[in-house]
Amino acid sequence: MVIETNNLTFNFGNQTVVKSLSLQVPAGSIYGFLGPNGAGKTTTIKLLLNLLQTQQGDIKIFGMDFAHNRRDILSQVGSLIEQPAIYGHLTGRENLINRALLLQVPEGRVDEMLALVKLTHAAAKKASNYSLGMKQRLGIALALLSDPKLLMLDEPTNGLDPNGIIEIRELLVRLVRDHGKTVFISSHLLAEIEKMATHVGIINFGEMLFQGPIKDLQSISQPMVQIETDNNVDAANLLTRSGYKVIDVKDECLNVAFESKQSTAKINTLLNQNGYEVYSIHKVQKDLENLFLDITKAPAK
Amino acid sequence: MKGFLLSLRSEFFKSRKTLGFWAAIIMPFAICVLVCWGMYSESERIIKTPALNGMLMWRMYSGAILNVMGFLLPFFIILVAYSVNGIEHKADTWKTLFSLPISKWSVYAAKYFYTMLMIVMCLALFLILTIVTGNLLGMLKPQMKFTEFHMEGALAMVYLKLFLSSLGILSIQFLLSLVWSDFLKPMGIGFIATIGGMICSAMRLTYAYLIPYSHPMMALESLGLRRKKDVKMQMEFYVDLFTKELYVGLVTAVVVFIAGYYIVQRKSVK
Repeated sequence: MVIETNNLTFNFGNQTVVKSLSLQVPAGSIYGFLGPNGAGKTTTIKLLLNLLQTQQGDIKIFGMDFAHNRRDILSQVGSLIEQPAIYGHLTGRENLINRALLLQVPEGRVDEMLALVKLTHAAAKKASNYSLGMKQRLGIALALLSDPKLLMLDEPTNGLDPNGIIEIRELLVRLVRDHGKTVFISSHLLAEIEKMATHVGIINFGEMLFQGPIKDLQSISQPMVQIETDNNVDAANLLTRSGYKVIDVKDECLNVAFESKQSTAKINTLLNQNGYEVYSIHKVQKDLENLFLDITKAPAK
Repeated sequence: MKGFLLSLRSEFFKSRKTLGFWAAIIMPFAICVLVCWGMYSESERIIKTPALNGMLMWRMYSGAILNVMGFLLPFFIILVAYSVNGIEHKADTWKTLFSLPISKWSVYAAKYFYTMLMIVMCLALFLILTIVTGNLLGMLKPQMKFTEFHMEGALAMVYLKLFLSSLGILSIQFLLSLVWSDFLKPMGIGFIATIGGMICSAMRLTYAYLIPYSHPMMALESLGLRRKKDVKMQMEFYVDLFTKELYVGLVTAVVVFIAGYYIVQRKSVK
């Protein structure tokens, strides 16, 4: 595991922001760390970077702890936390040169990074005059400058336009696929993570609600039978009386828990026999977006 | 040590376009040029002063610069200490600095040392420009008798004492600027403490030497005149360097600097 935490807990005063968090981030993965705003994602990332002192539990990055290997760990990590930390009075290029100087990276790498995030044309412009998207791209370039094995990115696509989001996504996928990097990326948007992540951790109120490969998340989604009739409300009542589990009723359709193909056929027959016109009936899987909402809506324990 | 040197280079790279950095260069030039111009424009009146000699001229000239500069020094330290830390507050870069593979000690010490270097640079420029402009006046107006006397050594000692006297204020202001991102807090505290220190020094209060903010003013008063040892009838300026307020200032500087490091080490970057 590249990142491994065990019962990580962190309090701000009386408020527990991270509760017994046990992260498992495998090498070579894109780990999507999901949760609504205020769920504890940024606090977790700051703990993983040793910016916040661990109060309870332990953290291992590349199998090492911060107490004895802080510099070894941080020399292999590139990070972008919240809004990019950029010196506004310096140009984009100077920001990168300054970081290259601190990390002892050759200056040639600065131009590579500028080209990678498509900022070569604005390299001589003061960073304070950059748009939010340009700042975000510069932040990513700063994180990638030392060619780290692990990238920790906190909401890196904030402020980017759709093209920018696609470019960053493709870049991250390429880094993992072609260069064997590991990416730990936080977001509150599942749709964004879904398109690139190999693993997912869902956090809310500081607690891990789900963790595992993204396909496992899909598999825990309960399949349903979606039925469209001429009178959905009455049809739902009939099905409930007949012992079927109706999940929800909308104007356009009703959803019943899927049991089997045979059971679906019986529902169809039952509705026909009782005079309801069935316009459509088919099995559906709850999409990840709804699943994410269901998981994160669960009240805090 | 490597991390310290890298951080120091980075501090220069970052701050070379800031007001704090340029203030350390512009201030000595502006004050020395203004005082020089003032002396030159009043030269005809000054020349007529009875019993005028080179020693008095140098005392008058360097005193004019030192008095302005001694008053401004604490405010300059407040500005520079905030400037070095304010860069990080403004850009929200503490989180980046502390997640680099460089020890927090190196980052902290390099910032402190760099602030100190800016004060050294400023004071060194004052010293050099005082001597250069004084000699320039001597060349332009030989009647002012600047060339008759030399006090470079004594001036160097005054500036050295001013530097050492400023370290207590530097440590305090550096820590305040590190902890608070809001400029008004370190500025407000520093301003009140400086005015208080000046009043205590001017009133010659018994325990004024315990207040670091009064030390620069006290350092200015340490420039004395005595008879030369080997040469009869000749006078020289001297500076009593190691006075009790200097020791208080140095102890304050070291204690606050170390305390600051422990605060930084425990500081969570929120």
